[in-house]
Amino acid sequence: MCLAIPAKIVNIKGDSAQVDFGGGVLREVNVALVDAKIGEYVLVHAGYAIQVLSEEEAQETLRLWSEVLEAAEAEIASMKT
Amino acid sequence: MVEKLRFRDATLAKRVVEKIHKLASKQRTVKICHVCGTHEWTITHYGLRSLLPANVEVIAGPGCPVCIVPASEIDEAIQLALKGIVVTCFGDVLRVPGSKMSLLDAKAEGADVRVVYGVGDAVKMAEKEPDKQFVFFAIGFETTAPSTAVEVVKKPPENMSFLVSHRLIPPAMKLLVEMKDLSLNGFIAPGHVSTIIGLKPYEVFPRLYNMPTVVAGFEPLDILFGVYMILRQLKEGKSRLENEYVRAVLPEGNVKAQKLMRKVFEVENGKWRGLGTIPNSAFKLRSSYETYDSRLKYGVKIEHGVDVRPGCKCHLVIIGKIKPTECPLFMKACTPQNPVGPCMVSMEGTCRIWARTTRRAES
Repeated sequence: MCLAIPAKIVNIKGDSAQVDFGGGVLREVNVALVDAKIGEYVLVHAGYAIQVLSEEEAQETLRLWSEVLEAAEAEIASMKT
Repeated sequence: MVEKLRFRDATLAKRVVEKIHKLASKQRTVKICHVCGTHEWTITHYGLRSLLPANVEVIAGPGCPVCIVPASEIDEAIQLALKGIVVTCFGDVLRVPGSKMSLLDAKAEGADVRVVYGVGDAVKMAEKEPDKQFVFFAIGFETTAPSTAVEVVKKPPENMSFLVSHRLIPPAMKLLVEMKDLSLNGFIAPGHVSTIIGLKPYEVFPRLYNMPTVVAGFEPLDILFGVYMILRQLKEGKSRLENEYVRAVLPEGNVKAQKLMRKVFEVENGKWRGLGTIPNSAFKLRSSYETYDSRLKYGVKIEHGVDVRPGCKCHLVIIGKIKPTECPLFMKACTPQNPVGPCMVSMEGTCRIWARTTRRAES
């Protein structure tokens, strides 16, 4: 129920957009809850886009992960010295 | 996205698991609670519990929106369906037991119960069939409630109304943290609910209850990092609210969706199956939209229902007090084919998720 799947916006007409979930099959979703543009990724839940995802934000996650790990490793190293 | 594969990077997973083990070795027992069926799916599907140290337990809270709908509200939907009204609902709801029967049983008795992918499909059906009355059984947490609001605000046709059973997650988390015998040490907050509500509603948990709280996404690495971030806070002895799911959750959430929900719904006390009434945990339609309220339109209001059937332990599974395997009915009398309780019905129910990895007991 709270499952939300990323999809790429291919076309927008008013509150309705055609999106690609990755397999090339286009589905219609409602985009009234977001300000999304063609080419952007949105999270789709029960036929409604609930948030816009950007590649920058995805990169931010990866950056956060490496930061967390590096901080942990630096801490362990300082404990050894 | 090209980056997708890196979200499942095994080397990264190995590194974070090592760090979790190192941190946990300095801790006593740590009990972390999540409140999302999709988190439970990821944890079980990828076997994440087997990667965690023995003293770190991750339990599933009331994160399945289908499981927590009280029997009385299922009974209301059934009553409407048996009156000859077309009841539309999500597929997961169909087999959830009411006090005497499920919506599927009502359908077998001739009621017109239809499964829809989203509320918009229900409205389209009502437009196409103006000679019939339609009800959408609006269940779900803050992730789903905005879609109901989108359709209500558009003023659908007169033959359409909404049986609103939406529930709110932060009040349920408050209930869990106040259950002293549950002894929680941290929350993994639900990612998709948070895309809507943002971070602010969780601030209370670290501040008032000293509970480390991390909003996490749904890849296995998201959850492992969530666990790691909670352990790090416990080690530092400073509880705070952190956002691991930055790629989807903005601090302010989805403001447009929040405005729409405020316009359409007001907050009231809500019943949760097996948990009783939780203050300020449910939505109802505002009086300006009451013509779309199925309960008012058809005079349906059932106060009491049979939430827990004899022998069923769903009420304890829902709050993470017991594991599905500790229920005497699990995979014996209660299976995905013949579910006794709601936790075995919904794809997001903890018992149903665990059933995928548990063989049926020999009878």
